[in-house]
Amino acid sequence: MKASVLTRVAAQSILKNKMRSLLTMLGIIIGVGAVILLVAIGQGAQSRIQQQIENLGTNMLVISPGSSSQGGVSRGMGSFNRLKVDDVEKLQRESFLLAAVSPVIATGGQLVGGQGNWRSRINGVSVEYLAIRDWDVEFGRNFDAADVRSMKKVVLLGRTVAENLFPGQDPVGQQIRIRNVPFQIIGVLAEKGQTPEGSDMDDVTLAPYTTVQTRLAGHQYIPQILASTFSPGDIPAAQEEITAIMREAHGLASWEEDDFTVRNQSDLSEAAQGTTEVMTLLLAAIASISLLVGGIGIMNIMLVSVTERTREIGIRMSIGARGSDVMTQFLVESTVLSAAGGLLGLLLGLGGARIISSATGWTTTISPLTVVVALAFSGAIGIFFGFYPARQAAELDPIEALRYE
Amino acid sequence: MNDTANVIRTRGLTKTYVTGATEVRALRDVDFDVQQGEMVSIMGASGSGKSTLMNILGCLDRPTSGSYELDGTRVDGMDRNARADIRNQRIGFVFQGFNLLPRTSALEQVELPLLYDRTGRKGSSRDMAARALERVGLGDRMDHEPSELSGGQQQRVALARALVTEPAIVLADEPTGNLDTRTSIEVLAVFQELNAQGITILVITHEHEIARYAKRIVRFRDGRLMQDEPVLDRRNAVVDLAEWHDPDEDDTASAFAPIPASEGGAA
Repeated sequence: MKASVLTRVAAQSILKNKMRSLLTMLGIIIGVGAVILLVAIGQGAQSRIQQQIENLGTNMLVISPGSSSQGGVSRGMGSFNRLKVDDVEKLQRESFLLAAVSPVIATGGQLVGGQGNWRSRINGVSVEYLAIRDWDVEFGRNFDAADVRSMKKVVLLGRTVAENLFPGQDPVGQQIRIRNVPFQIIGVLAEKGQTPEGSDMDDVTLAPYTTVQTRLAGHQYIPQILASTFSPGDIPAAQEEITAIMREAHGLASWEEDDFTVRNQSDLSEAAQGTTEVMTLLLAAIASISLLVGGIGIMNIMLVSVTERTREIGIRMSIGARGSDVMTQFLVESTVLSAAGGLLGLLLGLGGARIISSATGWTTTISPLTVVVALAFSGAIGIFFGFYPARQAAELDPIEALRYE
Repeated sequence: MNDTANVIRTRGLTKTYVTGATEVRALRDVDFDVQQGEMVSIMGASGSGKSTLMNILGCLDRPTSGSYELDGTRVDGMDRNARADIRNQRIGFVFQGFNLLPRTSALEQVELPLLYDRTGRKGSSRDMAARALERVGLGDRMDHEPSELSGGQQQRVALARALVTEPAIVLADEPTGNLDTRTSIEVLAVFQELNAQGITILVITHEHEIARYAKRIVRFRDGRLMQDEPVLDRRNAVVDLAEWHDPDEDDTASAFAPIPASEGGAA
């Protein structure tokens, strides 16, 4: 039989039993709908988590001085300090991929003021540092470019520092002294929490790096440069760009090795990616079970249908239908049923995802791949679960089938 | 008789069913010929083997032994698919219970055998189905479903379906079994008309009066062909219809004489 005839016969048979066809499809409709919806929620969660991790600084790059070796003896990381403010400025000027660049000059010291004194890390940074770290100022303000240029003696206190020096008070506008140098507090940072290693990120004091260089550190070298890209996808390209700019800045010949290193936070990003992928897979697996149950429902109804239509099969065989014709008819019927169910399920899933998005504010993402896979899978289910009933039909004895009441 | 070709020719046709320890010999050594253009009635009580013969002649079943030539071709040894193709192209079935597909229009019913045709027949199957329906006088009922047709009309749809592939033979198994007397004669009139056009027809029946519309009657008993004789007083369905009186209106006149118990009562 021709394909067009087959489809017509299948469509007729489905339309002649509308209620039963709908109930048969219901399993597939719910199954495909569930897969689409849950995967949409899973992928939405994935992109949301990815977003949050980006905020933590997955698009952050760390440039450190490289090691030097003298007479074959490697002196270890940072043994030859060659990062300078010029490097920072050159990066800011020449890079296309970097959103923000900041030197970090770390030192430490006793802070005196308010209710007593406190020993804290002191980081000399640029205005862009807070943007790179996705860190907010909770009270007061960040220092600005003018403060940096004029080496103003202003500081931002981390939450822990502020609470220890000024318990229950507003430190903004107050004076503290660091190594006997007076500084004005212009802001307090939002709480950041702990690093994975357990150190307190809030136990820090930020000051313009120019001020730290001249007043506290007493040298021009920069132990570390932080930079951030516009998106995590730019990280590899940005790494190459930084390397090129830095090599030029340091006047390295092509045979010379880099005297700095550029590292990224992609491990964290990859781990998070992995976790959310597992979660999406888990959701898809759970939803697939309902698709499987839907498939078994189709097989069940097709078996009933074969029994119910034994006489019809006998008639068809008596007028010359081969076993393969009967088998194809039932296979096409079950495939059309489950494919139609898949299509309806797709609409259900898409609608459901929209409703959930607007009701809960969750992001839902529907990728074309999900749609294609769900539809292909529902068609395959029709063929797989239709096969056994179709073979039962094809193997009927025409005489017995004609006699069947 | 030698100037016409044999459509059916069986020699030593035997069918034995084995159920557990018992053997049922449904057909024993049957030699049976049907010539082109004949209309033959096959009679016999239930269990006489006439249904088994019908199944074998219709290529629904295979004989245990013996040979069967249909239209000059040996078909007794053919496999399932080959027999399906023979049924499709050479044989037209008409059944007692009409065996039409439910909720399917007359035209689609008649078109059905053409959809299973593997010979690459030319022309529109729809037109051929329409012509077959016109041939049985149902040109104005093509879009009707079985539930919208009378018993006689349903049987004529079945007949059109049997004819549409221009088979070598039409096998009718108790074609009037589900019809009242008048409708039976109407359907037999169509059979006789088609036979007059040269179509070979085999009618299986246990009613002697129905059998007498054929040209020849063969009788079976216990799986054996017992009697094979021409019908001398052949009835004409058209004449009988013209003379028809409803027994409820006038019970003195009937188209049928009472059926003698020795001949037709056993089924």
